[in-house]
Amino acid sequence: MQMKSKIAALLIGLLLGSGSVVAEENLLEAMFTPLRQKEVNPVNNKLYKDECGSCHFAYQPGLLPPQSWEKLLNEKALADHFGENAELEKADLATIYDFVMANAADKSYYKRARKIANATEGIEAPLRITEVRYIKRKHHEIPDSMIKGNKDVKSLSYCDACHTQADKGVFDEDTVKIPNFPDWDD
Amino acid sequence: MKKSFVLFCFTALFTTVAYASPASDSLLAKYKAEGVAKTDVAKAKKDWTAEVVVEGEKMSCASCHGTDFSKSGKHHKTGKVIEAMSHKVTADRYTEEKKIEKWFKRNCKDAWGRECTAQEKADFLTFLIAQ
Ligand code: HEC
Ligand code: HEC
Repeated sequence: MQMKSKIAALLIGLLLGSGSVVAEENLLEAMFTPLRQKEVNPVNNKLYKDECGSCHFAYQPGLLPPQSWEKLLNEKALADHFGENAELEKADLATIYDFVMANAADKSYYKRARKIANATEGIEAPLRITEVRYIKRKHHEIPDSMIKGNKDVKSLSYCDACHTQADKGVFDEDTVKIPNFPDWDD
Repeated sequence: MKKSFVLFCFTALFTTVAYASPASDSLLAKYKAEGVAKTDVAKAKKDWTAEVVVEGEKMSCASCHGTDFSKSGKHHKTGKVIEAMSHKVTADRYTEEKKIEKWFKRNCKDAWGRECTAQEKADFLTFLIAQ
């Protein structure tokens, strides 16, 4: 009986405790989708998906800290975006900027985004996800022949070439398939 | 003989103007206002595969889009699949003025290292919507 009421008290406590975070949509969402919670918050903005997913997979904002996005998402930077023209109309740029900033690595409760936020804290913000220490470390054992020498990958930048659920924000090792190297895992 | 020639002309005319969207019409009118007297589809066809060396890489429109308009292409750098250029395959092609102009701007710079002229864009657009 005593045990039972203790559990009940604990449950009530938990419920009350979580009441204070109801406003935090991300956390709440994250709590109820355990797999995603480990991963990176998926993109739920159509304009971003269309505009920033036209030349490459639409990188989740949670893959870079806000200081990096700040450098990438302005008129001047987009006119020469890694050698290409990715200019946007003013209104579209404003919408995309706001969406990205609200979901950047430091704002996310998703585990990998947190790791990226930590890995980039206090250093010059990188322009590329592939320059983030955490991301570099996760891939440093993959030989060049599977990336640069692989015509269906070409560069580590193309996450979705290997991460089959990258568009859902899932980068778990178990979802990786390297094109032309079915046995990369051996 | 004469009759079949007329018929031929009629069919040719019909097939080239068979597709037009409010967006392509409005853009072609804009190019006309910018001084384009007439469009040259044969030139567009040649320009499509005309190679220019940009940043050490030989580039043309076909580098990313290929030459079969019913098939998808691949971005030369990122490898991302680009949907077929033919509106018969990709239904929303050439339906949005803003989008057509945006990609003309980006891709002329990417493939030729400069923006295209109104004449070149008018030629390409007329050529492409007929595919
Ligand atoms: C016109 C094509 C194009 C568009 C549009 C575009 N990008 Fe890119 N992006 C590229 C290219 C090319 C690269 C470099 C890839 C490489 O180095 O192989 C790149 C690289 C990146 C990288 C770095 C990836 C890495 O290596 O870690 C980020 C981040 C990025 N883009 C974000 C965006 C965002 C956000 C948008 C929308 C505002 C956008 N891109 C729109 C072509 C484009
Ligand atoms: C050449 C294929 C390839 C590409 C391209 C690639 N990855 Fe990976 N990634 C892997 C492999 C293989 C692993 C597992 C490495 C290991 O554990 O030994 C991995 C692991 C990871 C992990 C850790 C997963 C875990 O379970 O801990 C993250 C996060 C990740 N990648 C993110 C990215 C991002 C973001 C990009 C794009 C900027 C990217 N990857 C591009 C192959 C790739």
